[in-house]
Amino acid sequence: MKKHVHDNELVRKLNLIATRMRKKIIEMLYRAKSGHPGGCLSAIDAIVALYFHHMRHDPKNPKDSNRDRFILSKGHAAPALYAVLAECGYFDKKELLRLREINSILQGHPANTLTPGVEVSTGSLGQGLSFAVGVALAGKLDKKDYRVYVLIGDGEAEEGQIWEAAASASHYRLDNLIAMLDRNRLQIDGTTEEIYGLEPIVERWESFGWNVLEIDGHDMKQILDALDKACSFKNGKPTMIIMNTIKGKGVSFMENNLKFHGIAPNEEEYKMAMKELEELERKLEGKK
Amino acid sequence: MKKINPRDVYGETLVKLGEQNPNIVVLDADLSKSTKTYKFGERFPDRFFNMGIAEANMVSVAAGLASCGKIVFASTFAVFVPGKTYDQIRMSVAYSNMNVKLFCTHAGINVGKDGFSHQMIEDIALMRVLPNMKVFAPSDPYQAGRVAELMAEHYGPMYARVSREPMYQIYERDVLEEMEIGKSIKVREGDDITLLAHGLMLHECILAARDLEKRGISAEVIDIWSIKPLNENEIIKSVRKTGRVITVEEHSIIGGAGSAVAELIAEKGINAKFKRMGIMDVFSESGDPRDLFEKYGISKEHIVKNSMEMCSD
Repeated sequence: MKKHVHDNELVRKLNLIATRMRKKIIEMLYRAKSGHPGGCLSAIDAIVALYFHHMRHDPKNPKDSNRDRFILSKGHAAPALYAVLAECGYFDKKELLRLREINSILQGHPANTLTPGVEVSTGSLGQGLSFAVGVALAGKLDKKDYRVYVLIGDGEAEEGQIWEAAASASHYRLDNLIAMLDRNRLQIDGTTEEIYGLEPIVERWESFGWNVLEIDGHDMKQILDALDKACSFKNGKPTMIIMNTIKGKGVSFMENNLKFHGIAPNEEEYKMAMKELEELERKLEGKK
Repeated sequence: MKKINPRDVYGETLVKLGEQNPNIVVLDADLSKSTKTYKFGERFPDRFFNMGIAEANMVSVAAGLASCGKIVFASTFAVFVPGKTYDQIRMSVAYSNMNVKLFCTHAGINVGKDGFSHQMIEDIALMRVLPNMKVFAPSDPYQAGRVAELMAEHYGPMYARVSREPMYQIYERDVLEEMEIGKSIKVREGDDITLLAHGLMLHECILAARDLEKRGISAEVIDIWSIKPLNENEIIKSVRKTGRVITVEEHSIIGGAGSAVAELIAEKGINAKFKRMGIMDVFSESGDPRDLFEKYGISKEHIVKNSMEMCSD
């Protein structure tokens, strides 16, 4: 078990990276003129925590059989993953500006056959958790100590397959599986509670045999602590981290705004968003 | 000729493959006693996962295991995989190009008394349209085992279907050993008409060809067990020779091997009389398999009748 000290400096550093990733996401979507800003911005803090601190991975050896795996089940947040993979060095950052273009390695939704670092193609919701169960089973079978992290959307948890996967993960005692639920409470047609009703979400996952942690998904220290705690359980259960998040987090006019589920910023919105994020970036840099 | 259950051969082949290769992993969805994967489960309990009655999860789990270097066989009835799991096969397996082998049983109307709910006649169409996916329908019980071996030997997403009903043994060992993906097997030479079939329908065609011979018609019978990729050269050669072709399959006439052959001969500009035999875009029903073959027009008698008609002018 690795023990981390999540001091203020580490948290500041990761928050700064997350802010830069937010800028990159906005720029990518603005250039692509399409995509899903809201769900990228709610998920990015967790993805940054995983890739820049928590996970064992090597961009120079993306197929290393001992790597920790990250699976983006909510595939529409692909730009968030791409920004992080490029920053880590899985591929050239220049590729980011070709998101969703013809002949690009960066598809609108993740495609493992085209993009280094992507584990599986996702985008049709509900499949990533099952895939992660398979990877975790293989880890047990091969007696490897890697862990499998999977990020699912809260709306995505309306898919029946998520619950098939949840049941199988506890049945097979996959304590090497850690799921994170991006609980931003919004889906395309409205709030999750209006559309389908996910509550009581903690009790649901607990009743499926999972450890459940609930955190503020934009508080970097809470994310890091929850990931460590998830790795420390010794009860044979998979762990779900419910991350209460804000759709569009970090760009004031996108926050909790349904419009920005699947619409890219126009030029004016792009400039406003970049201005806000640059101010935040300077603030975080200034604390050095 | 003796009748053998292709599922039994599949189950025994899995055990053999498991002994040869520690990376073989097998999944089932609560039908392991019917698909015969339980044989692998008894021999290699660590590498066998019963995923319960949750087929969508099973298919994506198979992809996850495959991403870690496993050669994953996933089995259940064809009506459930691919029937219930098209999207999982499309995304997690085919588009992701994972080394997953969907080997499914109880395909076709020979399932019989359970009725249409359990008679899968669309699976070949569903799987054939997916890029990266290869599609096989063995016609002989031991050939089913050989297909499983080929699936394990070659990388990539693959689908195979076998019947619930036992099959006649058609092939000697040497024929099976020469099998390759994308090749067909010429079962009988003939000059007047080409009969192309897979699965249980191959034996119907062999019986029909014997009848036709007595009536002065020389039928060439070819086993198109590898539906995708199809052995284009052998089919073209035969159809150019006979000028007449009938495809016979326990599948909808839409989208199956018959459609694949139609696409081939139309695009190659081959001038030939052509007929697809299969389930005529209708829902089948409960009944004894032989009675169903008769009622839905795919028995030996129907093949003889259609061949006679085609050869009469």
